Amino acid sequence: MFVEFVEGPLWYFSAAVFVLGVLWRVVGIIRLKRRAKDLSVPRASATVGALKAQVLHFVPHGGFSFRTVYHLVAGYSFHIGLFVLLLWGAPHIAFFETHILGFSWDALPRWGFVVAAQFAFAGLMLLWVRRISDPVMIKLSDKDDHVSAWLTFTVMLTGCLALQESVEALRILHMLSVEIWLLYFPFSRLMHAVTFAFSRGHTGALFGRRGIVP
Amino acid sequence: MNLPAAIEAFTNALDSSAASYLDACVHCGQCAQACHFYEATGDTRYVPAYKMQLLDRVYKRTKSPIAGMLRMLGIAPAPVTEADLEEWNDLIYDSCTLCGRCTIVCPMAIDIAGMVRKSREAMVAAGMVPDSMMGAAKRALEIGSPLGIKPETLRKIVAEQAEEVGIPIELDKVGADYLVILSAMEVLNFYETIGALARIFKQAGISWTISSKAYEATNIGIQMGDKAIAATLVGRVVEAAEELGVKYVISPECGHAYSALNWEGPNLVGRAYDFKVIHILELLDQLQQEGRIRTKGMDSRRLTFHDPCQIVRRGGIEAEPRRIMNQVADNFVEMSPAGAANICCGGGGGVSSNSRAEDLRITAFAAKKEQLDDVKPDALVTACGNCRNVIEEAMDVYEMEMPVLGMTELLATYLDD
Repeated sequence: MFVEFVEGPLWYFSAAVFVLGVLWRVVGIIRLKRRAKDLSVPRASATVGALKAQVLHFVPHGGFSFRTVYHLVAGYSFHIGLFVLLLWGAPHIAFFETHILGFSWDALPRWGFVVAAQFAFAGLMLLWVRRISDPVMIKLSDKDDHVSAWLTFTVMLTGCLALQESVEALRILHMLSVEIWLLYFPFSRLMHAVTFAFSRGHTGALFGRRGIVP
Repeated sequence: MNLPAAIEAFTNALDSSAASYLDACVHCGQCAQACHFYEATGDTRYVPAYKMQLLDRVYKRTKSPIAGMLRMLGIAPAPVTEADLEEWNDLIYDSCTLCGRCTIVCPMAIDIAGMVRKSREAMVAAGMVPDSMMGAAKRALEIGSPLGIKPETLRKIVAEQAEEVGIPIELDKVGADYLVILSAMEVLNFYETIGALARIFKQAGISWTISSKAYEATNIGIQMGDKAIAATLVGRVVEAAEELGVKYVISPECGHAYSALNWEGPNLVGRAYDFKVIHILELLDQLQQEGRIRTKGMDSRRLTFHDPCQIVRRGGIEAEPRRIMNQVADNFVEMSPAGAANICCGGGGGVSSNSRAEDLRITAFAAKKEQLDDVKPDALVTACGNCRNVIEEAMDVYEMEMPVLGMTELLATYLDD
């Protein structure tokens, strides 16, 4: 009964909340008052600036040291590991084919999955350790930051536990944790996965027309 | 203190860009290392992202798409109080020069300086602008200059400079091509700039003038976050320029004056200008490129260049000063980092007008000093009267013996006239 609930109604509900919630947030941000038309004479293109900022801020620039290197290594380790797991893990591909897309693609070999998981875990843990140990991050962090990190950690942990696909309860536990994560996403700082593009775009456009993208 | 007005100003400042920034910040703290106030003190209150928190709290209570839900569930941030405004006042005014260096390191490219500016608007609405900045604003509005420079004082200084270089300088000349405006710091402390301009413009064959009605480029309204004052001060320049019928207004060696006049001015006065704004560095570079400035000899000292934040990082003028430097200096060395990532002098964004921030400003200069200690130049060149004054004052405190030069004066020194 519980298994059917998690695989059925709860999955559809959490997926719907995720999609509609993200759309609600995005539309809500876009609908807010925009900057008035800029009457200054542009030196260069705002559009090019907005696009340039998208790319430029994937990599730190400007000669910064420890904090940036730490976050760069841990951040990319976590995010790349996570996306590799999500998109090239064999059970995920099977799930996407069955429940969402109707088609599949080649999966990572098992060793690849394990390596990606190690990078993802290492990155996430490094970022969280930094959050609870660095005075700057302690000053800035709120409950949402910690809940987001722990929910993501739980999703990854239950996913690894379910990797063998030999114990049904572990698979359901993973799916349940994913559903909780999906329900939390639109109302949390996890939304940065979407809003980063808006933020970079606004700054890139503002300064792009001045002929520089900081 | 007018708390409701402050809340209203915070709320009005929450446009789509501010919402994007606040919803993108992941509290990673990387901005800390970009801030000279945090770096020099280690005080986590000075972390740039922390300075956005009042705006963030108002956003999550009012304009966020999930504000209603957060309030209903009782998990919305606490309302901003008078105590909060008191606590953030020094963060907003004393420990941020609006230099924008934090944006460079931010993975989300959040314009934190812009958000601090918005927060200053709320402080203005609350009536919490630091006294010394209010005094500067009063002098700017009533006398015409934040340092109280009267038209007759300007006339005297201009006449002295004209006599010094032997070139007549005509004020209020109708039909001149270029209108020169000056920062208060240039007029009072670095008035040799006026004579240098006269020599350069004579050689380049430029027709120019200075207005006795609008000679001041400094815009204290921009610095304090008061759009009405900012618009009044920009409006004076626009009116004078259009009355004189000039084709160009030359933005002087002053960081925020360029932002105020060129980038924000048309939006403040609500229309495009009938003239073009050109920064003095752009003009000098252009004249050089066109072969209209002849120089003789080179400065053989080890010279470095301090980029004013509002001119390079937030103004887009980076290559021009370097071409000028290379024209007259054969031992030009860059600090690291330089250009768009250069470290602020510590006195921009009105901090140098804010007397209560003086000790903190001097402390924050340690980051600039470190850059200079690495390069060990014989002299420092910059293109902002305020940077120049702030650096000279800090160097006195740190017992550094190094001349600080203005770019225009340096170029004029090697003019072949």
